[in-house]
Amino acid sequence: MLARLTHLDRLEAEAIHIFREVAATFSKPVMLYSVGKDSSVLMHLAMKAFYPAKPPFPFLHVDTTWKFREMIEFRDAMAEKLGFDLIVHINEEGVRDGINPFDSGSNTHTHIMKTVGLRQALDRYGFDAAFGGARRDEEKSRAKERIFSFRDAQHVWDPKNQRPEMWKIYNTRVAKGESIRVFPLSNWTELDIWQYILQEDIPIVPLYFAKERPVVERDGMLIMRDDERMALKPGEKIDHRMVRFRTLGCYPLTGAIESGADTLEGIVSEMLVARTSERQGRLIDRDEAGSMEKKKREGYF
Amino acid sequence: MRHDIDNNNIAAAESVRDYLAGQERKSLLRFLTCGSVDDGKSTLIGRLLSDTKQIFEDQLATLERDSRKHGTTGDDVDFALLVDGLEAEREQGITIDVAYRFFSTPTRKFIVADTPGHEQYTRNMATGASTADLAIVLVDARQGILAQTRRHSIIASLLGIRHIVLAVNKIDLVDFDQAVFDTITADYADFAKDLGFASIVPVPISARYGDNVARRSERIDWYSGPTLVEQLEAVVVDDAAAEMPFRFPVQYVNRPNLDFRGFAGTIASGSVSQGDEVVVAKSGKASRIKRIVTQGGDLESAVAGQAVTLVLADEVEISRGNMLVAPNARPHVADQFAANLVWFNEHALLPGRSYLLRTETDQTSATVTELKCRINVNNFAREAAKSLEMNEVGICNISVQAPIAFDSFADNRTSGAFILIDRVTNATVGAGMIVHALRRADNIHWQSLDVDKNERALAKNQRPAVFWFTGLSGSGKSTIANLFEKKLHASGKHTYILDGDNVRHGLNRDLGFTDEDRVENIRRVAEVAKLMSDAGLIVIVSFISPFRAERRMARELMPKGEFIEVFVDTPFEECAKRDPKGLYAQALAGKLKNFTGVDSPYEAPESPEIHLKTLGKSPEMMVETLDDWLRQRDSAEQQYDNGGGI
Ligand SMILES: Nc1nc2c(ncn2[C@@H]2O[C@H](COP(=O)(O)OP(=O)(O)O)[C@@H](O)[C@H]2O)c(=O)[nH]1
Repeated sequence: MLARLTHLDRLEAEAIHIFREVAATFSKPVMLYSVGKDSSVLMHLAMKAFYPAKPPFPFLHVDTTWKFREMIEFRDAMAEKLGFDLIVHINEEGVRDGINPFDSGSNTHTHIMKTVGLRQALDRYGFDAAFGGARRDEEKSRAKERIFSFRDAQHVWDPKNQRPEMWKIYNTRVAKGESIRVFPLSNWTELDIWQYILQEDIPIVPLYFAKERPVVERDGMLIMRDDERMALKPGEKIDHRMVRFRTLGCYPLTGAIESGADTLEGIVSEMLVARTSERQGRLIDRDEAGSMEKKKREGYF
Repeated sequence: MRHDIDNNNIAAAESVRDYLAGQERKSLLRFLTCGSVDDGKSTLIGRLLSDTKQIFEDQLATLERDSRKHGTTGDDVDFALLVDGLEAEREQGITIDVAYRFFSTPTRKFIVADTPGHEQYTRNMATGASTADLAIVLVDARQGILAQTRRHSIIASLLGIRHIVLAVNKIDLVDFDQAVFDTITADYADFAKDLGFASIVPVPISARYGDNVARRSERIDWYSGPTLVEQLEAVVVDDAAAEMPFRFPVQYVNRPNLDFRGFAGTIASGSVSQGDEVVVAKSGKASRIKRIVTQGGDLESAVAGQAVTLVLADEVEISRGNMLVAPNARPHVADQFAANLVWFNEHALLPGRSYLLRTETDQTSATVTELKCRINVNNFAREAAKSLEMNEVGICNISVQAPIAFDSFADNRTSGAFILIDRVTNATVGAGMIVHALRRADNIHWQSLDVDKNERALAKNQRPAVFWFTGLSGSGKSTIANLFEKKLHASGKHTYILDGDNVRHGLNRDLGFTDEDRVENIRRVAEVAKLMSDAGLIVIVSFISPFRAERRMARELMPKGEFIEVFVDTPFEECAKRDPKGLYAQALAGKLKNFTGVDSPYEAPESPEIHLKTLGKSPEMMVETLDDWLRQRDSAEQQYDNGGGI
């Protein structure tokens, strides 16, 4: 009697299949590497998909210049360790214009440094497929997105006109300038991600583990002051609290949660009793109803 | 203090690991919800998520806020808003595209495809159905079976879904009336009788209030069947893919350097082990699995659903789109076939027009050569049609530019499916399910152009070999050889015996018994044996062949492992006593010159592959020894292969 595949076995196989499909059919794929836990899982799966070869595409990090320092350290260490080809792109115009999350507002900052930055990078290198780590359980508009998600030459997603996606037969055809965003983790839930990290012993940024960190309470969120650029508003003070992050982005826009979970098991057990969904920690999703869909249509991942 | 924390952590770690181990044991069910608009699909999914505790507090807060803004349920939370994730959907209050949702119960994990009910979004419904194993068909108790209920059921059936839960919803709005439920159930059973569903389980529910969804309803006391969730947990979905013939669509050729060439893909059906023989579907070339490579280490074997990289024992030509398959149960390789087609595009299907056809990994040009009929999705009737409009279903003949490897969709949901792509817009315009190959192309397995030894042997389903029987005259060579051949023949092997006496009557009629002639005798026989084994035969040579040098010469003519020396070891005295042809008597009397063992030497083999000591044993027992040896060789070789890959 042959062994039955577990739930995770199936998800892993599906993701590997998707990686290979892209490598076999696109001329210039890239993996969007955001340094978060989903990216770590994605990277792990990419290494598996092409073993004993290395993934036949570069990894792209769109650096908004406001990422946690530990993320950048981790990113560089992983690139060194696994030997993948890392491209770091910064929207220099945005930097020149002094875009930042405090004065420009979270929306503008994210749009220019992340969404526009991503578009610049994709255009500059002419990538025709880009892997992302989005999952359908994260958010309502993501729940509707195809695994192979078509973008026109302006990087626009048209949610009302998605290609049918039948079985595992993916339509990978694009005309010049068009591209496809590919989401190998579409069918994974947050629990699946953690379970897989635990099972495969996948390295993740230490920010996910609880530690005493300097935080400021702002707009109902705990923001870690990662460097001097974050000025304190009147009445604000820095507390050293045991916190960790459920999701990682720009540090001024990413809320920490108070927690004592300093092991993977601890994180999973906290998550099991948690009654708040993961994107809550991100300011951008709460700006307006349907905000994620709007951003996605504009080319945000 | 520190100590306490550690202990707590360890306890937590253990319980989390236990919990996760439990999660691992859960099986997975992928299903879709379908039915007409407003029958309550979204409400039902919201209810499933909420009653199985998948909705988080912040989502609930957003939901309450949105309910007041767009909701249709007055003051109650409108669960539909939870899943209608697109702005246009919330504004128009309809579901446009399929949404995937996740929940789990103590025994199963579920991926739900919530599919739209509007006819114009049928293609999105098909998207959700293509990866599902079960469909919940929702019916509004007040409306009964509608056109859309039938359309969705027929599409679900065409796309290979075998299990249906008929959820008769809004039962609260018909006063929980059993008669309504019974009528709808009977109507549906009548309609669906030809759709080939393995199970249809009707359940009366109220999605809005939760009756019989996750919780048994007291208000529906006349119903004693399972609740919806109970049925979802209980349904047995055929996990037969692993038992079916091996199919491995080659997705990607992994060639990092000259020393490694692997074929990457996902096993579509069946299983594969190191050492297994496989055939390249399109060329008919055979090889063996040398390694099953994964990053975590080589596997002994792998099953349907696993994504692996296979390394073959031989250099065979394979590229993406080809398939590695079981040699004894091959797919069709054809350029014409009949298929069911669902059309997705606003531009109608045009017979004669060229589309791109894509299977899981293969792609070629295709035209619909004949549209045989359109299937009326209300009553399953077949109607004449010149083209297929968007959302219509038809049966057609398709011709492809280059042959593809496939099975019928009924046999294999992976290797029997394809999509059609518009050449100009690159839109996915249709999805097809292959019914059968067409006559002309039917059942011709493409033989590789250069027929070589391998192909010949493969056609005979055997490994060629030369069993070289050596031993004194009268030792029993011919008797044992004949019995052995019978046995091989009975098991379907193709054999031939070269017997010393017979050959000397024909081919070697010109040779005597001098040493020179003996050498030439063996040389000729060895060459003939080689030709025969090249033809794929199992050759049994039964010759005294007294000299080591000639036997070695014969051995060296054959590929390694193919020459099997069998020493029929019967003592001289015994042979002389048996003397079936009276030769020993003559030789011993000096009337016969150069007789082996008398006045010509017999050089016994030093290390024969098989040593038969016949004294006191029957010929049948000797054949068994030969048989055992063959069996051992075959299993030993597998072990060798297993280790050889690392
Ligand atoms: N009374 C009652 N109303 C229901 C039930 N299920 C759904 N509805 C209502 O029917 C309407 C359509 O439901 P919706 O889930 O949007 O249908 P969909 O188009 O199939 O997704 C909404 O106003 C729901 O609140 C039910 O079981 N009982």
